[in-house]
Amino acid sequence: MSRLDILNLSKSFGALQVTDNVTLTVEPGEVHAIIGPNGAGKTTLVAQLSGQLKPDAGTVALDGRDITRLSMPDRVRAGLARSFQITQVLPSFTVLENVALAVQARKGSSFRFFAPVATEAALNDAAMRVLDGSGLTERADVPARALSHGEHRHLELALALATDPRVLLLDEPLAGVGGAEADAFVDRLRAMKGRMTMLLIEHDMDAVFALADRVSVLVNGAIIATGAPEDVRSDPQVRAAYLGEEEEAPAC
Amino acid sequence: MTDATAPTPRTAAPAVAPRVKVAMILFAAFALFPLLAFALDDPFLIVIGTRILAYAIAAMALDLILGYGAMVSFGHAAYLGFGTYAVAILSSYGVTDIFAQTLFAVAISAVFAFVTGAISLRTKGVYFIMITLAFGQMAFFFFISLSAYGGDDGYGLSGRSTVLGSNMLENDTTLYYATLVALIALFVLCHRIVASRFGRVLTGIRENPTRMESIGFPPFRYQLTAFVISGCITAVAGVLLANQAQFVSPAFMSWHRSGELIVMVVLGGIGTLSGAIGGAVAALLLEEVLGMMTEHWRLWFGIFLVLMVLFSPRGLTGLFEQIRGRRE
Ligand SMILES: Nc1ncnc2c1ncn2[C@@H]1O[C@H](COP(=O)(O)OP(=O)(O)OP(=O)(O)O)[C@@H](O)[C@H]1O
Ligand SMILES: [Mg+2]
Repeated sequence: MSRLDILNLSKSFGALQVTDNVTLTVEPGEVHAIIGPNGAGKTTLVAQLSGQLKPDAGTVALDGRDITRLSMPDRVRAGLARSFQITQVLPSFTVLENVALAVQARKGSSFRFFAPVATEAALNDAAMRVLDGSGLTERADVPARALSHGEHRHLELALALATDPRVLLLDEPLAGVGGAEADAFVDRLRAMKGRMTMLLIEHDMDAVFALADRVSVLVNGAIIATGAPEDVRSDPQVRAAYLGEEEEAPAC
Repeated sequence: MTDATAPTPRTAAPAVAPRVKVAMILFAAFALFPLLAFALDDPFLIVIGTRILAYAIAAMALDLILGYGAMVSFGHAAYLGFGTYAVAILSSYGVTDIFAQTLFAVAISAVFAFVTGAISLRTKGVYFIMITLAFGQMAFFFFISLSAYGGDDGYGLSGRSTVLGSNMLENDTTLYYATLVALIALFVLCHRIVASRFGRVLTGIRENPTRMESIGFPPFRYQLTAFVISGCITAVAGVLLANQAQFVSPAFMSWHRSGELIVMVVLGGIGTLSGAIGGAVAALLLEEVLGMMTEHWRLWFGIFLVLMVLFSPRGLTGLFEQIRGRRE
């Protein structure tokens, strides 16, 4: 089981400090949730951890190895995958082709020019196993652009899982998913618990309290509290900065 | 869990098969075309036909990166030029074998595509278009200043290339069929490439580069490889064009020519291979036919293009598939 160490990470967009000296360890096998109001800098933090954005200062280490300078693809190969708050799929590929491509990235060379990839059983079978877990089996041959929003969110998660990560960064996996569909999604995430280390960004408090072992609160780019879910929930500073606001604005 | 005993023989891209059929119909028509030329007793048709087939190769090569890789190269005529000048330069040194000339053309093109591609791929969108245009112009002006081979005026070839010592290509019909064989072989090659692991990665990068990076693919190396392959195939078209015209000049590599290649691909429908072939046929035939009717043929061609883009954004392929879909 892998560990993610974030040390003194900082990032500014012009005058706006979006990541303010963040230090945090995601312990092996834990689900660590990060909550915080809109614009707190959660997505920007995930972007820096995944290698999409360069931090101004600080380091990121996977199992003690400094990965701060690795590109996004290299981090994925090292076992660090992410999902996106705004779904990123290959719209004209079928669901199966999307996932099979994620499998292909870690199975052999992609500098193969002659053999047809569509009939590679090793890729398709591994992809189907991931789809089974996502409830997308029936939709395997549908182009990704034809999926509903909820199905898109499942495919987004399936793509990250298909890379076989040891540490998974989830940026609001439940974004836009509601009601019974959200419950099913939480069950799906719960089933993944213990199989990999997870950093979970989520607005849905029910989901956070159902899944997280520990919770950190991010406000204006800085972590103001970390602890067990119940402790964080009752922390007066947190209530003032975040949870109170949430009650006033239940929309998000 | 799916039962592992029933491996899923999924055909990933069901849209491919009908397009291969289109290509096969086109190839059959090309194979029969010389009969028409004989029937009409117009040997010049064979010459035009050879030109069309050579451009079809170049358009298909461009489609490989433009249609499948979203790389709009506005400097692809440079590779036509490398192909034509490889024939001129080697034959001036007594090397007339077409395979040696092709090898030379492909090697030069691979180096040029690797270097200029590596630089161009640092940019995106309109900047990529402009920088490939700039590199194309550099090649153009290099050959303009190459006075040993006529510079601006070009250079007449004393004869066509030989094939393993035989001068069979001196016969126009033989050259036509040799060009057709090259087109079919390169179509099969391109078709295999787009359906391969590599092709899927290339297409994935076109669809969503961020997603590709986040599942572990660094786009640059795949895009550059495709760029080099495309340049090399275009050079083969240049070798054939030099033989058809028995004359080489920098005009083969002017930016107009690069633009015409893009027009062929767009007219035929991008990202289909067979569309690029059809696009080359349509563009060059229209040029011939309109050119016979009026000297303002470019105007009419322009109007036709605008109408096509407006009413069938997916080009002739889109039009064709719409008609077929309606009939079914
Ligand atoms: N590329 C950028 N350039 C400038 N400012 C940016 C950029 N990306 C994000 N920001 C700003 O940084 C702040 C943090 O954005 P971020 O997307 O990380 O917030 P978040 O916590 O994920 O919010 P949400 O809950 O809405 O997803 C916001 O004020 C945003 O407007
Ligand atoms: Mg966000």
